[in-house]
Amino acid sequence: MTLLAIKNLSKRFSSGGRRVAAVDDVSLTLEPGETLGLVGASGSGKSTLARILMRLLPADAGSIRFEDEDWLALSGADLRRRRARMQMVFQDVLGAFNPRATVASVLDDPLRIHAIVPKAERPKEIAALLDRVGLPASYADRSIREVSGGQRQRIAIARAIATKPSLIVLDEAVSALDVSIRGKILELLVELQEERGISYLFVSHDLAVLRAVSRRIAVMDAGRLTETGPMRQVIENPQSPAAMALIHAVPRLVTEPTEGPYRDV
Amino acid sequence: MNRLCEIRDVSVTYCGQTAPALDRIELDIVTGERLAIIGESGSGKSTLARAIARLLPPGIRLSGEMRWSSGQAPAPGRDLGFVFQDPSASLNPVLTIGEQVAEGARRHLGLSWKEAHAHALRMLERVHIPQPGKVMNAFPHQLSGGQRQRVAIAAALAAKPGILIADEATSALDMVVQAQIVSLLDELVREAGMTLIFITHDIALASGFADRVAIFKDGRLVETGPTGAVLASPREAYTKTLIASHRDLTTPPLIREAGL
Amino acid sequence: MRLVRHLVRTPEGAIGLAILAALVLVALFAPVLSPGDPLRIAGRALLPPFADPAFPLGTDRLGRDVLAGILHGTRTSLAVGLAAALAAIAIGLCVGLTAGFAGGLVDEGLMRVVDAFQIVPSFLLALAFVSVIGASVPVVVLAIALGAWADPARLTRAQVLSIRERDYVASARVIGMHPAEIALREILPNALPPVLALSAIIVAAAILTEAALSFLGLGDPNVVTWGSMIAEGRNILRSSPSLSIFPGIALVVTVVGVYLFSEGLTKALAGRRLEP
Repeated sequence: MTLLAIKNLSKRFSSGGRRVAAVDDVSLTLEPGETLGLVGASGSGKSTLARILMRLLPADAGSIRFEDEDWLALSGADLRRRRARMQMVFQDVLGAFNPRATVASVLDDPLRIHAIVPKAERPKEIAALLDRVGLPASYADRSIREVSGGQRQRIAIARAIATKPSLIVLDEAVSALDVSIRGKILELLVELQEERGISYLFVSHDLAVLRAVSRRIAVMDAGRLTETGPMRQVIENPQSPAAMALIHAVPRLVTEPTEGPYRDV
Repeated sequence: MNRLCEIRDVSVTYCGQTAPALDRIELDIVTGERLAIIGESGSGKSTLARAIARLLPPGIRLSGEMRWSSGQAPAPGRDLGFVFQDPSASLNPVLTIGEQVAEGARRHLGLSWKEAHAHALRMLERVHIPQPGKVMNAFPHQLSGGQRQRVAIAAALAAKPGILIADEATSALDMVVQAQIVSLLDELVREAGMTLIFITHDIALASGFADRVAIFKDGRLVETGPTGAVLASPREAYTKTLIASHRDLTTPPLIREAGL
Repeated sequence: MRLVRHLVRTPEGAIGLAILAALVLVALFAPVLSPGDPLRIAGRALLPPFADPAFPLGTDRLGRDVLAGILHGTRTSLAVGLAAALAAIAIGLCVGLTAGFAGGLVDEGLMRVVDAFQIVPSFLLALAFVSVIGASVPVVVLAIALGAWADPARLTRAQVLSIRERDYVASARVIGMHPAEIALREILPNALPPVLALSAIIVAAAILTEAALSFLGLGDPNVVTWGSMIAEGRNILRSSPSLSIFPGIALVVTVVGVYLFSEGLTKALAGRRLEP
């Protein structure tokens, strides 16, 4: 059973009298337990697509089937209940968490809303979640502002897996992190996927990050999906100009000094 | 090799903090070089950039000295241009692009409004802004992130300074635009023979065009030297860690690939 | 509390807090400091201030003790000021939160109501209300609140509109939180700080409005207020100015205390945000 099937999804924005297609007739699928990398420059529509998928924005046209259900038709209490199956990790700017929250309250919310465990067991479950993402249980009482960027992202991941979802959408989840921490977070995500069979839709403008965790890649450019395929194939043999530009843009470690312009763009 | 600036034993502590943001930094800046200052968050790299540009907030404790070859510190705007990380914040939202780029020329080159206006137009052309005539009358919110950063660079260079400091100037941009901006900076700096100080957290990005690199960690200078030498044979453990954490398309993926 | 410590470190906060604390103590202990009904005839009429130790600030035309009037008047002024401000902010928060969160026609409709209340000068509105309904403390409180709720409503709505777009509100939706819970737990507490800063100004304005209403004879006639004392002294301003000046000074000190406290609070809140 295909976990997620997006068909002909479109969304238009009116900006200053002009109608701009933010997402233009996009179709893609995702199987259980796999990661699809969604890459594009800014303005390509990838974040808009992610938000439509998370039901944060309405679509203008198209359909989404998730776990063999019409995802866009859900609303109200039904939607809220089914949300447990699809979670999201945001780009970590401090704004991804309520400034007044503590680590424990952040993890308690999804457990409480979806009654994942009885009330008495929640502190234990919170400690287990923290442990799973590599944080000590003592962090539970800390304010979210006392925690570093990499640690906050671990907490965001813990919150996302708390409801035992089958799909997690990651929107630039490591872009704001220090380079030395990125690898650790990506490793954690891969471990969780192998352990729990979660699928990831990983949205990023950094192809190198996606290369590390995705077997398949979809390239977006100006709202349209211009190329999809296995990661290695697309990287070694890109067909679309967008894919070529993204590949070219990944900085490579250069150990010989260069004279003349940096690269011929 | 002319020393533009000698930074000797410089320490900076912010108001209300006990730990120094910069701890006894000893660094030389060579005239006409492209120097990359590389570090992660909390390394002090932005603090150093602002200390050099004399943009630190009041109330900080600064010790040590910076000796400039010209005898006095460069004046911001005239001798030194600064490009900030977030072009939405560094450009004034209520002034047109033309006004903002022309201002530096007017103030420091003493040009009349008309001359400054024409100069601003030339600057926009130099930074490869499409349709520069129209953009002169546009406002920052009408431009994309990459275009805003080009405008910020044009404004920083308007008075033809000898030094350009770019503080994480590409970190808020996507990969494709980042590559274009870096290429632009490289081109402009070579043409004018300026000294470029490029602050970044991305060692690979710097490696593509910097002559020398200076690695910072927790307020201290860890290692410095010619780019090729430092990257090919790093001496310090932290430099090795930074190099090892770099991922590009040739790095083996973390997931097991189906088939080869 | 860290906030209180920050507050006291600023000169404005320290002085403001001291003044307000003193006023609250006076209001609480007025019956102890000056027992008996302050409106009773206590001594000879028109005693000058500082002459008789039994009446340190003198007496008015009817022989009522001025000091007793000022001490008891603190109760009315503070009670009315605080109650009116509380009512105004409560109404403003509800309306602003609903308008900002619901959007669409609800938002438009509520904002036109806010516009209507903002167009009418708040003092005239209070005046008209009290004239029609009759003067008593609860009516005066309501009258002042009617004139003051529109500003907090607008401010709350602006805060809600901006907070609604933040990622943590999106997060709350993503985990399936009920909209009512999102409004009350995620949005409202974070929308409060600027409204709280405004509240001090509302309290000060409420105290002044109450004094003005009493001055015009529209306050509650059964309680002593500084406004009515100033009105009493108006007729003999030339011969016994102290009858109006003392309650006037009390008003000034109170309002200045409230303003300084709010300045200190704003600084303390801002200072706290700068810390990592």
